[in-house]
Amino acid sequence: MNNSPYFLKPASVQSVMMRVLLALIPGIAVYVWFFGAAVLVQIALASVTALLAEAAMLKLRGKPVMLFLGDGSALVTAWLIALTFPPIAPWWLTVIGVLAAIVIAKHLYGGLGQNPFNPAMVAFALMIVAYPSLMSQWPAVGFTDFMPQWNAIFGTRQLDAITMATPLDALRTALHTADARATVAGVLGNDATFGNIGGKGWEWVAAGYFIGGIYLLQQRIITWHMPAAFLATLFVISGGFALYDPTRFVGPSFHLFTGGAMLGAFFIITDPVSGCTTPRGKLIFAAGIGLLTWIIRTFGAYPDGIAFAVLLLNIAAPLIDMNTQPPVFGHKRKGGRPS
Amino acid sequence: MLEALLVMALGAVVLGAALGYAAVRFRVEGDPLVEKIDAILPQTQCGQCGFPGCKPYAQAIAKGEAEINQCPPGGEEGIHKLADLLGREVKPLSAEHGIEKPKSIALIDEQTCIGCTLCIQACPVDAIVGAAKQMHTVIAKQCTGCELCLPPCPVDCISMEPIPESVESWKWRYPVVRIVPADKAAA
Amino acid sequence: MNALQRLFRFNGGVKPDYHKEPSTHLPIAVAPTPTLLVIPLHQSIGGPPRPLVKAGDGVLKGQRIGDADGNVSSAVHASTSGTVVAVEMRLMPHTSGLSAMCVVIEPDGRDEWVERNPFDFRAATPTATRDYLRDAGVVGLGGAVFPSHLKLNAGKQGKLDTLVLNGAECEPFITCDDVLMRERADRLLKGAAIMREMLAASRVLIGIEDNKPEAIAALEAASAGNIDTTIQVVAVPTRYPAGGAKQLIRVLTGIEVPHGERSTDYGVQCFNVGTAFAIYEAIALGQPLISRIVTVAGNVGQARNYEVLFGTSMRDLVALCAPLPDTDRVIMGGPMMGFRMPSDDVPVVKATNCVLVGSQKLFPQPPPEMPCIRCGECAKACPADLQPFEMYWFSRARIFGKAQEYHLFDCIECGCCAYVCPSRIPLVDYYRFAKSEIWAREVEKDAADLARDRYEFRLLREEREKQEKAAKLAAKTAAGREKAAAALAEAEKPARTPDEEAKHALIAAALERAKAQKEQVHPENTGNLTAEQRAEIVAIEARRAEIREQAKPHLRQDD
Repeated sequence: MNNSPYFLKPASVQSVMMRVLLALIPGIAVYVWFFGAAVLVQIALASVTALLAEAAMLKLRGKPVMLFLGDGSALVTAWLIALTFPPIAPWWLTVIGVLAAIVIAKHLYGGLGQNPFNPAMVAFALMIVAYPSLMSQWPAVGFTDFMPQWNAIFGTRQLDAITMATPLDALRTALHTADARATVAGVLGNDATFGNIGGKGWEWVAAGYFIGGIYLLQQRIITWHMPAAFLATLFVISGGFALYDPTRFVGPSFHLFTGGAMLGAFFIITDPVSGCTTPRGKLIFAAGIGLLTWIIRTFGAYPDGIAFAVLLLNIAAPLIDMNTQPPVFGHKRKGGRPS
Repeated sequence: MLEALLVMALGAVVLGAALGYAAVRFRVEGDPLVEKIDAILPQTQCGQCGFPGCKPYAQAIAKGEAEINQCPPGGEEGIHKLADLLGREVKPLSAEHGIEKPKSIALIDEQTCIGCTLCIQACPVDAIVGAAKQMHTVIAKQCTGCELCLPPCPVDCISMEPIPESVESWKWRYPVVRIVPADKAAA
Repeated sequence: MNALQRLFRFNGGVKPDYHKEPSTHLPIAVAPTPTLLVIPLHQSIGGPPRPLVKAGDGVLKGQRIGDADGNVSSAVHASTSGTVVAVEMRLMPHTSGLSAMCVVIEPDGRDEWVERNPFDFRAATPTATRDYLRDAGVVGLGGAVFPSHLKLNAGKQGKLDTLVLNGAECEPFITCDDVLMRERADRLLKGAAIMREMLAASRVLIGIEDNKPEAIAALEAASAGNIDTTIQVVAVPTRYPAGGAKQLIRVLTGIEVPHGERSTDYGVQCFNVGTAFAIYEAIALGQPLISRIVTVAGNVGQARNYEVLFGTSMRDLVALCAPLPDTDRVIMGGPMMGFRMPSDDVPVVKATNCVLVGSQKLFPQPPPEMPCIRCGECAKACPADLQPFEMYWFSRARIFGKAQEYHLFDCIECGCCAYVCPSRIPLVDYYRFAKSEIWAREVEKDAADLARDRYEFRLLREEREKQEKAAKLAAKTAAGREKAAAALAEAEKPARTPDEEAKHALIAAALERAKAQKEQVHPENTGNLTAEQRAEIVAIEARRAEIREQAKPHLRQDD
């Protein structure tokens, strides 16, 4: 029989994970509105793959399958992969990504609670290195016809009509070319499809994730530290450089509302297993991701930098935690006097 | 060509000098390894390892002359600690040196004791008091349970009593990790 | 007189369901004297008291039956008059299910007190007062049972800023302090005044959680009668564990007393309100601590507070409250920090603030433990600002040194972390395990160090004795030879060769010494003995001589 405490608060890993999934719904809804239902196909595909892979791994590792399958952590990983991969990516790309996340990044490291790297970001990084072009084909905004997208995922890929580069990708490509006359305004301002904030459509998806993030904060599943530090860092550094040279560097509104920034701020970097846990550590961890994200986006070769930034900071998380231990009761100030 | 050789040679000399200086400057006094091994050994001083005491055994281990599995009172845990410290392979306790027993202390049956002082001379930690023709007794707090007093006793009046668990010495058990729901486990 | 008291807050804490109301409907009742009292000798922190009675002795109510063993200990008394039936090992109210020495008393029903005299602590020295309280068996009644006399010491400065009385009582179900404050506020305040005087405290703050308005009102009404204007009743926010001594001191004064340091060094000392009442009874009435108020709650038909004699079986006590049929356990203390009893037939002791009756329905078996996901809920809930999940990783992996680096011993085992953990990890169990392992290792290490020292000293001594013997021998030999040579010179015609003569002289000298030594070795502690004792010794010697005869072949000659 168990020992005290005999009272336990009604809370479970499952309920945490389910609320995270719930918080993703607004963003997904906007996503579907602007870019079609392909993302739902990807979510379904990733979920089924993740659950099967999880069950197989649990079986192999001799763990109680139904108990751990029910915790919902595999579903969260699957949904994040589906949301960070291009929605018209071929089915096998998603399947391989999910398998890499669940089998390699999660279970080979010891399963739930033991993985040093964010599984969804491992999948993203792996796939973007292995299949850079497939990972860069995004649907054009407003092109919501389902059949061409379905065909893109499962059949012959006739993509030209439905894809376009993401604003982030287009901007980076243009600014990196030898043509020194390309400017931020030249790329973004002259193209109506990119809109004015983070790329047409994308800013609304980001807004949807933001609403979900607020819900997570209200539910006390995440704390304010990570999203605030991440977004603030991205804002300050991109704002500073945009002021310095607005033709070569794009401003904060673009950075915050494009790519995976908002999804990352509330759903990806806040993964507690692979991130920091002390309050100060969380601030440093998230600020580091914000800084690296901006650097990779601005100077790197890949369309978005969040995955790499997260993985790099994941390695540093234990060290950051160790050096940011909050003061223990009674050990705060010499003499214990009230401050 | 010559330049490169000279540079390399100079580098070697400089680094060698630095290493030599460090070796002199940061010399470690004494043999900390023996101390560390001795700290792991239970200090029973029973001699079951084949050495006259814990320290000599520690010295022998440090020199590589003894195995780490010759200390029955230290038991499995002691072997693991020694293996960790020395980077050696964990081995089961060597049977020829004895078996691991629950910690006990010696008890003299005062009715039978004839006051011969033989046990006093045998006790490695001077934990037995008494004098010739006086009844002897064991100071329980200082007894290490080495059993060295047993063989010399001419009347076999010394017995080893296991130390019983008391409310004060009771230890909380390692929490059992249940991964099967209780109702299913019971069924 | 209730100036607005500035309050501070401690981090963390939780708000469980309190379930306090059912046991406060009825006033305190006196539990009937049972047919047998089993009084454990060891009821406080510190050394176990030595028994002063033996089977067959008659005892009076309040008679001391166990004497404090040293100063860090506390005496134990007979809870009623009667006959000692046995002094033996009995099952203790402890999770281990182990037994310890108890005095078993059969009450005679007369309930006859020993002579009681009030103690004039103003006339006595502080040390005498503390000794008196030690011998009156007064210990902290909040559950930690730390001997109170050790805490009634003003410390280095000789005075104290603040005396804190703990009436917070934050554990769910428990209401023994609440009803005590409601019903015995005046006597409690008299106790507080005594303590204030002993500690030379400038002020007394009585901290009570604001979910006990009746207790606050009762104490305020009593202190309006004005015994001591420096006593203030302060309502503190209800949040578990506001009743932890360190947490309450923090809330009332802002001072954080670090682990392992004395709070008097920070100018503050904290006692439970029940202890204040016990001190009043001991000093003003001359009554030692023989009973306390115990809440019986949980899976019972009628929860209530009882004044219970120590040694009363929990089974008898629970039976007064109509336990429900699905009862499956008895817990001493509350649901957050209490301990499951090995049986319901264990005695109520000084630490028993509550007998919580449990069932599967009331306290269900938690769902299976899941892996830690480092969500940090435990760290948010920890009132000691620890990182419980880190301590858990290291305790679980038995890396105790690391667990200690994360301040394992600052943990007060309040259970907040396990309460909020979404993975249902019995975190506190891991800490209890790690702590007791570390303690056991420390004891083992101390024993090993002692053995090493003694062994090394023995080697040193043997070496020294060897050298001394050799030196003596050499000196004697030289002296002997000189003597022999002199004798040789005297006697013109030696019968033997000089060498032989010298040897003989040496042997003779050695025999002389041996004889002298033998005489010295005679028993020395048999000087002033009565005739019976001498007769006894003679008998023993005869028995020994017999054994010696039998054992002769094994013995050396000179033994």
